[in-house]
Amino acid sequence: MLENSYSKDAWHRLISNGPARFALWTLAILFAMAIFGPLISPYSYSQINLPLKNTPPSAQFWFGSDELGRDLFTRIWWGARISLFIGITAASLDATIGILWGSISAYAGGKTDELMMRICDVLYAIPYLLVVILLTVIRGTGICTILIAMTCTGWINMARICRSQILQLKEMEYITSSRAIGASPRRILFFHLIPNAIGPIVATMTLTVPTAIFTEAFLSFLGLGIQAPAASWGVMVNDGLSAMRYYPWRLLIPAAMITLTMLSFNLLGNALRDALDPRLRK
Amino acid sequence: MLFYLSKKALILLVSLWCVVTGTFFLMHAIPGDPFIGEQNIPKEVLDSLYAYYGLDQSIWAQYLKYLKGLLSGNLGVSIIYQGRSVNQFIREGLPISAQLGLQALLVSIPCGILLGTWAAMKRGGWQDWTAMVISTLGVSVPNFVLSSLLQFFFCIQLHLLPVARWGSFEHTILPTLALSALPTAFIARLTRSNMVEVLAQDYIRTARAKGLPLFRISIRHGLRNALLPVISYLGPVSTQILTGSFMIERIFAIPGLGQWMIYSIGARDYPMIVGLTIFFSTCLMVSLFLVDILYSLLDPRIRVIQPKLEYA
Repeated sequence: MLENSYSKDAWHRLISNGPARFALWTLAILFAMAIFGPLISPYSYSQINLPLKNTPPSAQFWFGSDELGRDLFTRIWWGARISLFIGITAASLDATIGILWGSISAYAGGKTDELMMRICDVLYAIPYLLVVILLTVIRGTGICTILIAMTCTGWINMARICRSQILQLKEMEYITSSRAIGASPRRILFFHLIPNAIGPIVATMTLTVPTAIFTEAFLSFLGLGIQAPAASWGVMVNDGLSAMRYYPWRLLIPAAMITLTMLSFNLLGNALRDALDPRLRK
Repeated sequence: MLFYLSKKALILLVSLWCVVTGTFFLMHAIPGDPFIGEQNIPKEVLDSLYAYYGLDQSIWAQYLKYLKGLLSGNLGVSIIYQGRSVNQFIREGLPISAQLGLQALLVSIPCGILLGTWAAMKRGGWQDWTAMVISTLGVSVPNFVLSSLLQFFFCIQLHLLPVARWGSFEHTILPTLALSALPTAFIARLTRSNMVEVLAQDYIRTARAKGLPLFRISIRHGLRNALLPVISYLGPVSTQILTGSFMIERIFAIPGLGQWMIYSIGARDYPMIVGLTIFFSTCLMVSLFLVDILYSLLDPRIRVIQPKLEYA
C-alpha cells in the first residue's frame, strides 16, 4: 500500500515535469519505430541499389540514400535497435553486478566491506574508455565484446550508490525487527533493503543508458564497433562525415538521432532522480 | 591527513600495477604474433626477429623485462613504424594535445562557472532554464557529432574557418570549442547545484538581512564557497578532455597524441596501443590523485569527514 502510493506520487512528480514528458514521448516513439520502422519499409538495411545512390530525402527514400543506394530510413531504425539494445543491456548488466556487489558490501560491513570497496577504488581509477578500446582491440569487434568491455568498469558507479543507500537503510528499525524475528540475510537484502533503495538505482540505470549508447557510437565511429553492412549510428555518422559537403543529410540525420536519444535518456534520468528522491518523500 | 594521503597513494600504485599487468597479459593473449602474415619469412630471420624483440623468452621473463623498461621510462617500440619508439611519438604529439587541452580548459572553466552561477542566482527564471538547456545539450551531444556539425556550418556553409589541420590559431578555434562543450556543461551543472545549496545557508540569509545586494552576496559569499568543489571537478574534466581529444584530433586531422592512438588502433600496432594506453592511464590517474590531494588541502572539512563517510 505504502509502496503503491510512493510510486504513484513519484509518477505524478515525473509527469508534471515538462522535460520528462518530452523525454517519455520521444523514447516511446523511438522504441516504436525501432520495432516497426524496418517492418514498414520496403527495403532491407543492407539492400544495395547503385543507380539510386546518394539521393536526397524523397517520397521513395524518406531519409535519402547512402553511397551504395541503401535506404537510410531503414538503416536509421536498425541503428536504433542496436543502440537501444546495447544501452539497455549494458545498464541492466551494470545494475545486476553493481547492486549485488554494493549491497553485499554494505550489509556485510567490517573487513569484507573494506576489501570490496578497495577493489572498487582500484578499478575506478582505471580510465573507462581506454579499457573499452583495449578490450575491443584485443577481443575483436562485435556487440558481445562491446558489452563485456563496458560492464568491466561500468558497474562500479552503481555499486557505490547502492552501498551508500543500503548503509543508511540498514540502521532502520524495520530491518532490526525483521532480523529479530529470524529473517535470513538473503531475505532481508532482497525483500527489504534493495526494494527500498530502488529510487536511486532506477535513476542511475537510466543515466547509464546514454553513456552506453555514446560508447557504442564512439567505438563504431572508430571502426571498433559494429561492422558493415550492419547499421550503427556511429558508423553512419562516420560515413556521413566524409560526404557532408554534397550529401549533408547523411550526416545530419544520424547525428540528430544519437543526440535526441541521449538527450531523452539524460532528461528522463534527471527527472527520475528528482521524482524518486527520498528527501522529497517525507 | 598522512593516513589519508598514504591510503590514496597506495590505491594509485595498485591501480597502475593493474593497468600495466592487465594490458601486458591481454596483449599476449592475442593469438598469432606480429610477424605472421607477411610473406614467407625464413625461419632463421624469424628466430632473429624473435630474439631481437625478446619474444623467444618465457612470458614471465618478458613481463619482468617490460616492467623494468617501464620503470626507466621506456614505453616500447612501434611495430608498424619501424625503429620509432612510443616515447618519440609522445614527445611529438603531446605538446599539440596539451595546447588543445589547455585551451579547452581555459574556455570551459570560466564559461561553466559563469553559466552555473547565473542559473543559480536566477533560479526558476528563464535564465536558469536557458543555462540548463545549454548544459543538458552539452552533455547529450556526442563530441564527434558536435565537431562534425561545427565543421559543416562554419567551414562548409559559411566558409569562416579552416576545416581541419594544424597551424595557425584559427585552426585551433573549432577543435577547442568542440572539446570544451562537455566540460563546460558539466561544470555549469555542478556549479549550479553547489550554488543553490550554498545560497540556502544561514549565513547568506544573514547577509541578506543586513541589506547587502543579492549580486554582491552571491559573488562574495556564495561563489567563494560554491567554487571549492570546482577543484574536484578538474579530475573528471581532464578525463573528458583527454578522451574527447581522440575524436576531435581525428576529425580535425590534428597530429596530436589522440590521433596517434587512433592510428595505432587502426593499424593494430599492439606495442604502441599498450604503450599509449599505459601513458594515458598514468597521466589520468596521477592527475586524479593530485586533484584529490589539492582538494583535501584546501577544504579542511574533507580531511575530517571523508575517511569515515567516504561512500556514505
